[in-house]
Amino acid sequence: MLRLVFIKPTKGKVMRKLIFKDIQDLIIGSLGIVAFLSFFVGGVVSIQTALNIESPLIPKSLVGFATRQSVILEFAPTFMSIILAGKVGSFITSSIGTMRVTEQIDALEVMGINSVNYLVFPKIISMLLLPIVINFSMFLGILGGYAATIYGGLSSSADFIEGIQLDFRPYHVVYAFIKTLVFAMVLATIPSYHGYYMKGGALEVGKAATVAFVWTSVVIIVLNYFITQLLLA
Amino acid sequence: MITLNNITKSFDGTEVLKGISMAFEPGKTNLIIGQSGSGKTVLLKCLLGLHQIDSGKMHFNDQAFGEMDEEGRRTLRREMGMVFQGSALFDSMTVLENVMFPMQMLTDKNQAEIKSVAEAVIERVNLENANNKLPAELSGGMQKRVAIARAVVMKPKYLFCDEPNSGLDPKTAIVIDNLIREITQENNITTVINSHDMNSVMEIGDTILFLKDGVKAWEGSKDLIFNTDNEAVNDFVYSSNLMKKIKQVHT
Repeated sequence: MLRLVFIKPTKGKVMRKLIFKDIQDLIIGSLGIVAFLSFFVGGVVSIQTALNIESPLIPKSLVGFATRQSVILEFAPTFMSIILAGKVGSFITSSIGTMRVTEQIDALEVMGINSVNYLVFPKIISMLLLPIVINFSMFLGILGGYAATIYGGLSSSADFIEGIQLDFRPYHVVYAFIKTLVFAMVLATIPSYHGYYMKGGALEVGKAATVAFVWTSVVIIVLNYFITQLLLA
Repeated sequence: MITLNNITKSFDGTEVLKGISMAFEPGKTNLIIGQSGSGKTVLLKCLLGLHQIDSGKMHFNDQAFGEMDEEGRRTLRREMGMVFQGSALFDSMTVLENVMFPMQMLTDKNQAEIKSVAEAVIERVNLENANNKLPAELSGGMQKRVAIARAVVMKPKYLFCDEPNSGLDPKTAIVIDNLIREITQENNITTVINSHDMNSVMEIGDTILFLKDGVKAWEGSKDLIFNTDNEAVNDFVYSSNLMKKIKQVHT
């Protein structure tokens, strides 16, 4: 299928329109849920870290440090991608699957249009903007942690800010963006595959969306392990 | 003209088409009829290249479909129009956008030109007031008319229709049948229609291919089908009480 995505491309003008539509549906449409989840999960991470520091020897700045590390290294790139596998992935599978069931894909093929390129290529290109979403998630996750720490009286603002600046390695952000780009490819292709090659009726569209979510999550988790081993170990 | 020579097609070892030979002529409405499961849809999908035939030859005018590479097939498909059983309209596009779509994708015409051609075709199928409606806002008959408009907007040489009047009331079905016949004659298109509707046979059956269990059981026209001695055809044609009654009245 990947070969078909790149051969016999759709006309540039039409493709540009499709890409902008997919950016709207897949990227901009996900910002709300990403913002909400990131802010509150960042808050929870900092509360749990603060509540588990019992020893007076451990500095309070650890709350900011732990929040930053958890959000940048794992929560934003990996777990946000898994959450998006549910939102974006099931949207991709069900929209392409519905086109398959209602013969719209056959209609494209009969017209002599490369339906794989028409449907999947714009999704791959728009998902390349996922690092922007993840960047947004990182910022709001840390902001959520800051808000929970300060308003919960768990630590001072100065301690938290000292923590998020402590031993900061820009390479960790690069690592997070590299794996986000890999996950973006997974998020665009696996759900597209399950939608494009599905068989059956409306019920099977739902089943295909579920199967796509499961496989996308599994692949993201496995790739996360190997990428981390490769880039950080 | 489309000529089929000894076409076979199997799925998982079950032979669905068993040596079909036939010629579909331009300017005529060529019907493929038969019971459900007789191989009509498979034959139509083979003609469209959506299924690969196992053996035999298919010629579109002088072009042998089997000897073409994928690029050649895509080019040939641009000379084909298809009306799907469920219309297969793009549900996120309006009527006008659906009809404009093939031209936007496959021609270099400017937007104004494309729009004016699409509006003319929509007018031809009597839907001029539905330009900005979405497919979900249309009745079944209107959706079929949009599908016909989209199929003929590129002026195809070959038009394929899969059960074009399924799910429609008899009056609307006749309107759709006549529209297809008129467009076929106006543009000298080779039209192939899958149907099991005897009303369509009576209205537009210029050439009829009757399939039974994947075999060509009979070939003729609407004038001959009601007088044939072929047992399988009679069994199919006179299966409804209405047709039995008509036969009784005539005899």
